[in-house]
Amino acid sequence: MEKYRIYKNRLFSAVITILTVISIVPLIYILVLITMKGIGSINWDFFFNVPAPVGEGQGGISNAISGTFLLIILASFFSIPVGLLTGIFLSERAEGRFSYWVRVSADILQGIPSIVIGIIVYIWFVKQTGGFSALAGGISLAIMMLPVIIRTTQETLNLVPDSLKEASLALGVPYSITVLKVVIPAGISGIVTGILLSISRVIGEAAPLLFTAFGNPFMNMNIFKPVSAMPLIIFKYAISPFENWQNLAWGASFILIVFILVLNLFSKFVTEKWKTQF
Amino acid sequence: MKNNAPSKYTFVELSFEKLLNIASSITLFLIGAIFITMFHSSLQAIREFGIGFITGSQWDPVADIFGALPFITGTLLTSFTALIISMVFSLSISIYISEYLNNGMFRSFLKSLIEIMAAIPSVIYGFWGLIFLVPLIRNLEMKIGVMPYGVGIFSASLVLAIMIIPYASAIIYEVMSMTPKDIKEAAYSLGANKYEVIKNIILPYVRTGIFAGIFLSLGRALGETMAVTMLIGNMNIIPENIFSPGNTLASVIVNEFAEASGDLYFSTLFEIGLILFLITLIINMAGSRIIKRMYRPAGEK
Amino acid sequence: MENSVLNIMDFSAYYNEKKVLGNINLDFEALNVTSILGPSGCGKTTLIRCINRMHELVPKTRIQGQVLLNGINLYSMQPEIVRKKIGMVFQNPNPFPNMSIYENVISGYNLNGIKLTNFEKDRIVEETLQKVALWDEVKSDLHDRGSDLSGGQQQRLCMARALAMEPEILLLDEPTSSLDPKAVKNIEKLIYELKKSVTIILVTHSIGQAARVSDFTAFLYHGELVEYGRTKTLFTSPGDKRTEEYLTGRFS
Repeated sequence: MEKYRIYKNRLFSAVITILTVISIVPLIYILVLITMKGIGSINWDFFFNVPAPVGEGQGGISNAISGTFLLIILASFFSIPVGLLTGIFLSERAEGRFSYWVRVSADILQGIPSIVIGIIVYIWFVKQTGGFSALAGGISLAIMMLPVIIRTTQETLNLVPDSLKEASLALGVPYSITVLKVVIPAGISGIVTGILLSISRVIGEAAPLLFTAFGNPFMNMNIFKPVSAMPLIIFKYAISPFENWQNLAWGASFILIVFILVLNLFSKFVTEKWKTQF
Repeated sequence: MKNNAPSKYTFVELSFEKLLNIASSITLFLIGAIFITMFHSSLQAIREFGIGFITGSQWDPVADIFGALPFITGTLLTSFTALIISMVFSLSISIYISEYLNNGMFRSFLKSLIEIMAAIPSVIYGFWGLIFLVPLIRNLEMKIGVMPYGVGIFSASLVLAIMIIPYASAIIYEVMSMTPKDIKEAAYSLGANKYEVIKNIILPYVRTGIFAGIFLSLGRALGETMAVTMLIGNMNIIPENIFSPGNTLASVIVNEFAEASGDLYFSTLFEIGLILFLITLIINMAGSRIIKRMYRPAGEK
Repeated sequence: MENSVLNIMDFSAYYNEKKVLGNINLDFEALNVTSILGPSGCGKTTLIRCINRMHELVPKTRIQGQVLLNGINLYSMQPEIVRKKIGMVFQNPNPFPNMSIYENVISGYNLNGIKLTNFEKDRIVEETLQKVALWDEVKSDLHDRGSDLSGGQQQRLCMARALAMEPEILLLDEPTSSLDPKAVKNIEKLIYELKKSVTIILVTHSIGQAARVSDFTAFLYHGELVEYGRTKTLFTSPGDKRTEEYLTGRFS
């Protein structure tokens, strides 16, 4: 009987360990593959040219890189102020029915599939204005960033002790200034991390851009016109039969993953350095 | 310091409160607008097909006959298959991290690896799946004697499984590490070995956490778009077996939205989006109920 | 009372329509220390928070009556102005964690947007830190974080922060309850010195502290002012039975 128990224990450990290792294998393999194939496609051309037409060499993804930046800037412009203020509101005025429904709305927003957001923004902005645009793409991404910023801001500010607010109010400082100059600085690391996290979440999204920003084989910085983006290029070129385009997709995948990892590392750094000890 | 000047801040005070209210209303307004747009855009299709839309298995844009059953089946099939596959690994990883590793570099390393897994975009998983997985599956299919498409429900489910592993793992190992030390130690001191402690003490204790993890993963899987689109084979049929190509609610929208001609066609794609939206909503709400109950233990039992 | 600087007249306070303070009539003598004594939940903290109008920051609160500072009703002014005239120190020291010692002391000016020259700032910081007997201990570390100090030092920093605004009245809400005995002694000594320049109202649940430090004592019970008078008189021959029972420890 004893032997049987020992045997089961050993078997279990072995199984668990093997399964864990197996789960990690695809990840490592993906990262290695992308790095190897990706680095191969990267040259000066890659960053500064637009994709070459079929049959004329490789070109680059400068339009996609700049497009992604443009979209992130637009999305941040719409989502950060609204998200911050809403997060502050939910943290400061947690009671009441209005507060409850805002919270529920933010939760629902977070769970909406990205393709659904894409087709909705299509109706709102593309159909109405008659054309795809970076603006529409930016709004799609903003809708995806918003609930993350709201939730992280709210949770961060909830952790700031009330005693800080009281100290400031007792000095005759008005409530709004107390929030702006005392509470928010105390929670700044969590707030910035939340923003970085939300950017990292949307920078790789293609579905919300398919029918809004749409993509553009040329460089474009006009927000009222369609624009390219890295995830869009990866999608389009991955399923294409042309080797040059596939190489571009590898390169774009590599750059995208590097961006995302840098964002994540940076937000860990921010948490370390800027965290307020209470 | 005597400062008797009337507060120049009063205007700022009122504006600040107003600003907070306006910003918060935007979220409410957004949700309302989203619901309204979804229903309004699906209306034509809803009126045309009624309940038959959900049970209809034919998707024929030319003849204006639309039925969503192939895609509902595709979504459920891929999501549940992915869920089952991933839960095996999520549980293993969580158990390994919380019970077989002591706090140390390796533990943080594994946790970071899992975070990275969650951060990789869907398109990249899809790309990798196309290049690496599909040829393998094709070989497998040839060996078993099935049509060697390579793409299909099975390939999509596999990649989907890989993508959702980090979500369940994160929740489960979080809850596992919160298991009170004393009940574990009590079991160990009675002579139980690691396997027995995990099986009899820890797993039952974290049961709620496991359910939360399941719901969270399922919610993610249902809404997953890009990787699934790239691997599912784009056929508007009800899959006959696990290796069959098919389409999910999300992937059919990707594949057909650009070519939808005619108001009815367009409207049916929105109804598909609506169905997807509602399914995900229900699963997510059920999941957050469970999570909320999980985090209340100290105060309100 | 010859020289009362603060008068509370027919004052009641409510939370959620429940009366937490009832019909208080109390006068505070200028440049003296008045203790507010009583068991937990008797309303003493509520009372001082009504003086600097912090009580109303909580939703569902209501007040009735008047609080006069030099004859002017504090409830007819803007609350921020009131709070600049009346300083408060809290039970648990709460220096601003993101600010240095220097910045903490003049935070009242900075946060209120009151411009001062560097010279004026330096002067205020040094004078106030001298007043709270902290200057010698921190003068070479003024730009270190406020929260790196010990509990007793932090509390004195908080007192400096309040005093820098030159308030007429300083409210102390159980300022020593989280401190070690040595720190308590330091603060009690400080209170004795400070009353020369500012009127002090001290909330405490320690009968000993009230006896050691205050000139006048008010005894509160269940939101009512039971008795009030010179500390010596109150302690040696209390007029009300309840006061006597509290002082002799029959309830706490």
